[in-house]
Amino acid sequence: MKRGVAVVAACAALLAAAGLTVAATAAPDNPSKTVTVTIHFSRFDLTSLQVSPGETVRFVVINQDPIDHEFLVGDAAMQTRHEKGTEPVHGTRPGEISVPAGATVETMFTFPAQLDPGWEFACHAPGHFAYGMHGPITLG
Amino acid sequence: MRPRILARASVVSALATTFIFGSAASALACGGLVAPNGTISLLRTTTLAAYHNGIEHYLTSFSYAGKVDGSLGSITPLPGVPTKVIKGGDWTLQRLVQEVQPPVVERAVFAASAGAVAEDATVLLRAKVDALDITVLKGGAVAVGNWARERGFFLPPDAPEVLDFYAQRSPIFMATRFNAARAAEQGLGEGEGTPVHVVIPTPNPWVPLRILSLGRQPTDLVQADVFLLTDRAPATLPIAEASNGDLDQRGIVLERSEQASGSLMNDLRSDQRSRWIPNGGMWFTYLKIDARAGDLTHDLAIDASGYGHPDPIAAGYQPATVTLPVGSADAARTLVWLGMGIAIVAVLARWRIQRSGAAITR
Repeated sequence: MKRGVAVVAACAALLAAAGLTVAATAAPDNPSKTVTVTIHFSRFDLTSLQVSPGETVRFVVINQDPIDHEFLVGDAAMQTRHEKGTEPVHGTRPGEISVPAGATVETMFTFPAQLDPGWEFACHAPGHFAYGMHGPITLG
Repeated sequence: MRPRILARASVVSALATTFIFGSAASALACGGLVAPNGTISLLRTTTLAAYHNGIEHYLTSFSYAGKVDGSLGSITPLPGVPTKVIKGGDWTLQRLVQEVQPPVVERAVFAASAGAVAEDATVLLRAKVDALDITVLKGGAVAVGNWARERGFFLPPDAPEVLDFYAQRSPIFMATRFNAARAAEQGLGEGEGTPVHVVIPTPNPWVPLRILSLGRQPTDLVQADVFLLTDRAPATLPIAEASNGDLDQRGIVLERSEQASGSLMNDLRSDQRSRWIPNGGMWFTYLKIDARAGDLTHDLAIDASGYGHPDPIAAGYQPATVTLPVGSADAARTLVWLGMGIAIVAVLARWRIQRSGAAITR
């Protein structure tokens, strides 16, 4: 009996660990909160964002402009890569979406347990980051 | 005289600046450049706004440089619906520059900086001028922005706000695209300007200035030359600063304000496509614009009626932020007295109406 309980507990632990791993690499279907971000005149209406360690956030990004934008969540290295990057379209990775003119696009992203300085949400369409389309993400 | 005028064409190009819209093909969504490898760039324009008999004649020149393998274009806000868009006089703008730059004065280096629910935009007019395909549009900022984007114009991040700034006052825009293939067919040389003449009936002329800052960093210097020909000495808003003789003077500087000389008018009218310019009796104004892009948040309203009241809305100022020509305390007192006067008149009028009503009843 005790052995059976131990096996079940071990399986549960393995499943939990597997779940955590999945959550870290792909966004789960159950976000803890939804953040709606509106883009107007090439500005996010969100100036900064606080998240909890390991939190999964569903982002709903509304583009009211007649020009295309992006919404990319990531650390400093990722933002630098995209600022210099050559990916014209985003959407295959969690937390990285293109938001066409007039469109509303969603993405989910699970943050790690620790955030180094430099985590941001940003748009890297040409000139948009310099125009001010970015904001810091911190743990809160 | 003509060779000298043509020799100054490059000077014209170097003096004036304009707004830049790249081609969509040259703009990657992720960190690309508007003009990859610097191979495509729109140089600049210079402008003449002539106002006579209720018609604004807007003459500007489009110049392109570099290896153009795609399309390139720009959008110009207009104060009204044009009746026609045609090729302008070949050297009218150059002659105007010559008027304000005596041959002995040469500037070796010119620091021109390089350059909701929406309904569809309505196309009002199409025209071809040399290698330029021109479309006049009517629509709100989103509609015009969508129209431009769907046709391959690259809109910089400040475009939505700037287009809205104009659409609030006049939802008329002129989209100009440079057709590289046609330019090659026509043998147009690199940097060669194409003058475009836009005829706009309007009671309220203005010249778009804020559009010159489009796509620029706030600290970038915007340089442009604006020439005005009007029946009388115009009043402008903002009021141009008097020239202090310093070539690096910042702002909108009034370099010339005088009766147009007979020789200037004769020369201008002798340009084959500039016969529309009146025979004489015109007032000549030359405004030199050297302003930081971040400071260029307005347009140039013109009152050529002689009453001296340029429209603050035409200048792009919100009514609430128009600077009154008196101190703030005086202005507040003036408004209080004005309000009290209006209230007294309203009370007296109501009292008289009531009295006359009572008399009729009796």
